[in-house]
Amino acid sequence: MSEFLINAEAISLQIADRQVLDNIDLHVKPGEIVTLVGPNGSGKTSLVRLLLGLLKPDAGTLRRKPGLRIGYMPQKLHIDEVLPLTVQRFLQLASNGDEYELRSVAQRVGAVDLLKKPVQRISGGEFQRVLLARSLLRKPDLLVLDEPAQGVDINGQQQLYQLIAEIRDEYGCGVLMVSHDLHLVMEATDHVLCLNTHICCTGHPEAVSKHPEYLKLFGASLEGIAVYTHHHDHTHDLHGDVVDDKGCQHG
Amino acid sequence: MDDFILRALLAGLLVVLVSGPLGCVVIWRRMAYFGDTLAHSALLGTAMGLLFELDPMIGVLVLGILISVLLVLFQRKPDLSTDTLLGIMAHGALAMGLVLLALMQNQGMRVDLLGYLFGDILAVSWSDLSWMLAGILLVAFCLRLLWRSMLSIAIHEELARSEGIAVDWIRLGFMLLMALVVAIAMKVVGILLITALLIVPAAAARRFAQSPESMAAVAIGFGVLSVILGMAASIHWDSPTGPSIVVASVLLFFASRLKAARFS
Repeated sequence: MSEFLINAEAISLQIADRQVLDNIDLHVKPGEIVTLVGPNGSGKTSLVRLLLGLLKPDAGTLRRKPGLRIGYMPQKLHIDEVLPLTVQRFLQLASNGDEYELRSVAQRVGAVDLLKKPVQRISGGEFQRVLLARSLLRKPDLLVLDEPAQGVDINGQQQLYQLIAEIRDEYGCGVLMVSHDLHLVMEATDHVLCLNTHICCTGHPEAVSKHPEYLKLFGASLEGIAVYTHHHDHTHDLHGDVVDDKGCQHG
Repeated sequence: MDDFILRALLAGLLVVLVSGPLGCVVIWRRMAYFGDTLAHSALLGTAMGLLFELDPMIGVLVLGILISVLLVLFQRKPDLSTDTLLGIMAHGALAMGLVLLALMQNQGMRVDLLGYLFGDILAVSWSDLSWMLAGILLVAFCLRLLWRSMLSIAIHEELARSEGIAVDWIRLGFMLLMALVVAIAMKVVGILLITALLIVPAAAARRFAQSPESMAAVAIGFGVLSVILGMAASIHWDSPTGPSIVVASVLLFFASRLKAARFS
């Protein structure tokens, strides 16, 4: 049995008299991918901030492996136009000055061609890769990824999750990922926690996706996903030969 | 060249040496209004310095530190936005400064209000200069020390925090550096125009820079040009020196906008 990288027991958090997190147990082992799902306002981001040490719990214990190095990928990062910054310089801020290592990490996430570009001139998907590279430069034992696929198109999302799973294998690090969409991350996840202030259900992704508590919480958005998938097929149809949809007949 | 012109030139150049890089951080972090608040409070600092028979520079510095600490304390309970807090402190301190100076004048003290408001760079003495040099060297040293952390914070505060940067301390340190620069720069352009010296050369530098460091360097360059052109104009047309330096920097800023933005 391997040691925990991080282990939270019965932690609770209140912000301005509001119970944000209630009695949460969570742990991540090396080489394990744990995904946190939950609707907006369910306390996902607060939990991440607790684990990063940016917030202190009101109750419960939080233990980290001594000397634990965390690579953090924030949810959304907007860099103002007024700050002239290339991708390379952005990565240098997290590195120890080893340019060879910086290049090889950029290569690994497929961002090596972006190094000379200003950070404001790359796409959302490219930026997420750069952020991943930045967190890897810290040689993390634990990667914490807050909605890593935000602003990335659906094909890019699958590639990104694939990349994260590969990186877990290569680096042997634990991964804690936040997502609002279990179905996209299912393949790349070992363990799922469904959060709504308290933990509604937990376990293997397949089991959680069928759990009544999960379905109760995500019933509405599951329909949303169905529509989205249809939409995805539709764009593929546009590249194909036959389009059976009346809306797409252009005479 | 007359001695006093040489001293004025040296004083101006010393200040822009640090106001360039510092100004870049100010515009990256959108802290122009904080600079203004420090500047406005400088009048009260001056008055207090005079009252306690200290150098005005020391009064300004002490008040700047006080304002920085107050702001950090107020920001912990964010039921008022930062710009509201700054507005209250800026105008509160300015009004108190004006009242205090007027009371002192009523008591028969000689107070050169215009000199404080618009600077009196031609009156800089050699001993003033040596104090300025010491202060500028201190600021430059701290700036070098904090640069990488400040850059990380300017990019993303939470990310910087998660990487173990002591964000709150660095932020306070940066405010104190600004207070020091305001205290020094007061002699050059006066308290009403200090913020211009911070933000205008930095803003002019934006289109000439591909990296944060080159932006800081170009900002110093624009600052140096502004001081030289402003002083030359001031001598030629007998215009007030501090405002002339700011006018020169603003003209340079508009000229810099003629350069096409690079959007590769």
